[in-house]
Amino acid sequence: MDRRRVVVTGMGTVNPLAHSVDEFWAALLAGKSGAAPITLFDPSGLTTRFAAEVKGFDPDAYMPRKDSRRLDRSTMLFWAATKQAMDDAGLVFEDGDPAGLRAGVVCGTGIGGIGTTQSQIDVLNNRGPGRISPLAIPMIMSNQAAGAVSIDFHLAGPSTCTVTACAAAANAIGDAAEIIRRGVADVMVAGGMEGAVTEFAMGGFASMKALSTRNDDPEAASRPFDRDRDGFVLGEGAGSLVLESWEHATAREAHIYGEVSGYGMSADAYHITLPRPGGGGAARAMQGALDDAGIAGDEVGYINAHGTSTPANDATETLAIKSVFGRHAQRLPVSSTKSMTGHMLGGAGAVEAVIALKTLVEGVVPPTINYTTPDPECDLDYVPNEPREVPVRRVLSNSFGFGGHNVSLLFSSV
Amino acid sequence: MERSEIEAKLVDLLVDELGLERDDITMEAKFEEDLDVDSLGVVELLMALEDNFDVKIPDEEAEKITTVGEAAEMVSQKLNG
Repeated sequence: MDRRRVVVTGMGTVNPLAHSVDEFWAALLAGKSGAAPITLFDPSGLTTRFAAEVKGFDPDAYMPRKDSRRLDRSTMLFWAATKQAMDDAGLVFEDGDPAGLRAGVVCGTGIGGIGTTQSQIDVLNNRGPGRISPLAIPMIMSNQAAGAVSIDFHLAGPSTCTVTACAAAANAIGDAAEIIRRGVADVMVAGGMEGAVTEFAMGGFASMKALSTRNDDPEAASRPFDRDRDGFVLGEGAGSLVLESWEHATAREAHIYGEVSGYGMSADAYHITLPRPGGGGAARAMQGALDDAGIAGDEVGYINAHGTSTPANDATETLAIKSVFGRHAQRLPVSSTKSMTGHMLGGAGAVEAVIALKTLVEGVVPPTINYTTPDPECDLDYVPNEPREVPVRRVLSNSFGFGGHNVSLLFSSV
Repeated sequence: MERSEIEAKLVDLLVDELGLERDDITMEAKFEEDLDVDSLGVVELLMALEDNFDVKIPDEEAEKITTVGEAAEMVSQKLNG
């Protein structure tokens, strides 16, 4: 029996460049950067004092304050992206709706409600354990977003959470597609979020020497594959997709953006933060996605790279792409949109899935901005600085996480 | 502290700390049924009362409070004996 096909019928995002898919796409094609000096807290004690924040986000625009105040910022970002995606898909479930029993959610995150963690640890240290908020645990737990979305959108089928660092949202989309393929759900909300622009998380990443320190020019700091890259730029944001079985989507004549046709996973099994030299783990994830879709490498028309702008990732990912695609790698456009959005950690894979699907629909590939000086170790076509019209029918999106998690998703036109 | 002053401060806490709508709050309003304040919200309110009125509210007393007016009464008794 052929496996069930899974298609994307709704998309939403809140990220450093925009609060909607259409505005986001326009900003990407314009090559805008979302990086700027930090405004969410006083960063003066940090070595990196800029980030790609979500600007002007007002939780109260989405729900009454008595409810929004009980959700961590990261959860609110996913909630808002999901509202857009559900509206876009034209799907509404009521409480107790039998159709809602076959609809679910998978939401990925890197470090969940870390903003609440930080503020409540302040309470613990300053006022003692008796003054910790009764909402602290629900707001900190990494599955809060999946829980909140299942409650508010009445999704009573499978509801779960992937926590695989920067691969989390890609895992969420892949796992949600598998749940539909298994036949236990017809509709799945899938995506990820991060709201980690906090003093605690920035301090931790800074101590790892993972962040760019280009404080004098934040917009130029995320420069994937460029010789002068010096670390990633922390971003925040969320992406959410509505996945449906082909049968469910076509029966209701839903608009279809594309198909989730391949899901590859591997582990580096090497080091908790460094990629395995040579990129063998990343290569196996990409090959896994191609095999899952049953296609050859030369059918892929664009890769949305993980491309973090760290010295190690970008060189290793380049090697991995070359090992999988061979000669086709030299003709294959590869860009890192993290040059514009910064690195949204657990949200990145979902926001980049939105980009992959838009690329299929629009026939335009977004650029890698800030690309000025080639690096001998990074010798692919990174679509430097300007978007390019390229009709593509198959797009690969890479997401690799601390812990050695490698995930590749293949999206195809239908 | 005057009872009216306690009530006014209590309403401010419900608006500022719990995010309730000022217009919904009456002294007769029941927390769970009328104001949609669940058990976690009640704990938050009790902490806010203790902090803002400088009183101690034991759990067994807290469990008896169901309306805004009862909360005001309890604070009043603790402050004024």
